[in-house]
Amino acid sequence: MSLWEYANPVKFLRLSERVLPALWVFAGLCVATGLIWGFFATPDDYRQGSTVKIIFLHVPSALMAINAWFMMLVTSLIWLIRRHHVSALAAKAAAPVGAVMTVIALATGALWGQPMWGTWWAWDPRLTSFLILFLFYLGYIALWEAIEDPDTAADLTSVLCLVGSVFAVLSRYAVHFWNQGLHQGTSVPVATGARTVSDVFFIPLVICMIGFGMLFVALVLYRTGTEIRLRRTRALLARGARGA
Amino acid sequence: MIALLLRDLRLALRAGGGFGLGLAFFLILTVLVPFSVGPQSTLLGTIAPGILWLGALLACLLSLDRLLALDFEDGSLDVLATAPIPLEGALAVKGLAHWITTGLPLVVAAPALGVLLNLPGAGYGWLVVSLLLGTPALSMIGVFGAALTVGIKRGGLLLSLLVLPLYVPTLIFGAEAARRGAAGLDPATPLLMLTGLSLGCIALLPFAASAALRMNLR
Repeated sequence: MSLWEYANPVKFLRLSERVLPALWVFAGLCVATGLIWGFFATPDDYRQGSTVKIIFLHVPSALMAINAWFMMLVTSLIWLIRRHHVSALAAKAAAPVGAVMTVIALATGALWGQPMWGTWWAWDPRLTSFLILFLFYLGYIALWEAIEDPDTAADLTSVLCLVGSVFAVLSRYAVHFWNQGLHQGTSVPVATGARTVSDVFFIPLVICMIGFGMLFVALVLYRTGTEIRLRRTRALLARGARGA
Repeated sequence: MIALLLRDLRLALRAGGGFGLGLAFFLILTVLVPFSVGPQSTLLGTIAPGILWLGALLACLLSLDRLLALDFEDGSLDVLATAPIPLEGALAVKGLAHWITTGLPLVVAAPALGVLLNLPGAGYGWLVVSLLLGTPALSMIGVFGAALTVGIKRGGLLLSLLVLPLYVPTLIFGAEAARRGAAGLDPATPLLMLTGLSLGCIALLPFAASAALRMNLR
């Protein structure tokens, strides 16, 4: 019994079908609880007023936007090394989800930035690196769409994901070099543990983060299942066409 | 490998458009800039390093879709892939040929176009140095992009979408070095970063490019 058993599409589908309903419910509950608690049951910040509440959408989506790319990197590596089709399809399924998360993070950031910084957009390192990340998502999705043969597409997008990751990290540091930041530092530094957010905001924020993480996992599992079925349908159609 | 380099150079020379097209594009882009932002010489002088870098980058991009596509169509790439020299080396040579035919002329032409944009006197030397150090990275990233998209019909637009985000760090360091040089500041730090970036690209990207090309030729 090892993890690699679930590289078998049938086993993967069976497991994901069993897990998905619970996952949807759990993700929905977490997101709903976190957001409702965050929006209605927390006090206004003494300086930022009620705009502080956008943190409950902004931070979890930004977190998942980066983690989605990281997950694509890992699944791309698994595809290149062990040639499990499910892995390549999971990377394909995750890309649009990650791109949407990036857009949510950018849009909520702009909405918050207008009253707080007095501008919708600034060429701040964090904002800029997120925009570049979004461009990488676009290129990755476009490459998947452009290639007809599924195995070649999986190969080439995996290579693009690897090289793109290196350049995304390079861009992040280059952008820091190019312009000083306006964006505040992280409120929840994991390494030092010295967080600057009070518990009142922190607890619903963590619930939101868990909810967004679960939502991402559920969406990716669901979309991967769809991709597997799509491919199976194509194979059946091709076989039917040959038989007739 | 030298034979391959000479062949590519000869093809670029004799087929026409290899040297000329990128340069002409660079010239036209530079001429269009004052029309779009206005002819004030102080403004032009401020943005000149950035504009020249951007122009060089776009001129480089323009010639990428022909970098491997012609050889892919007539089958020479298949011959190269089965040749005794490693495909990584062949692609590095292709990158070198691309740099000689597009990067180098851009470096030489950039000071002349700097005059058009009223580039400050201190900036010319650093502009040439930064372009000289940065354009090899642009060529190698281009080879990788071309290898990814070589099998796709009408892949030109997709190629730009894939390659331009990869150009971001090079552009930042290159333009920053040129800008600091023009403003009379010390451009050593961005120049060193740019050099490191170029060397890293030359060392590592042929492997990624040949991996992608093998997948396309399979």
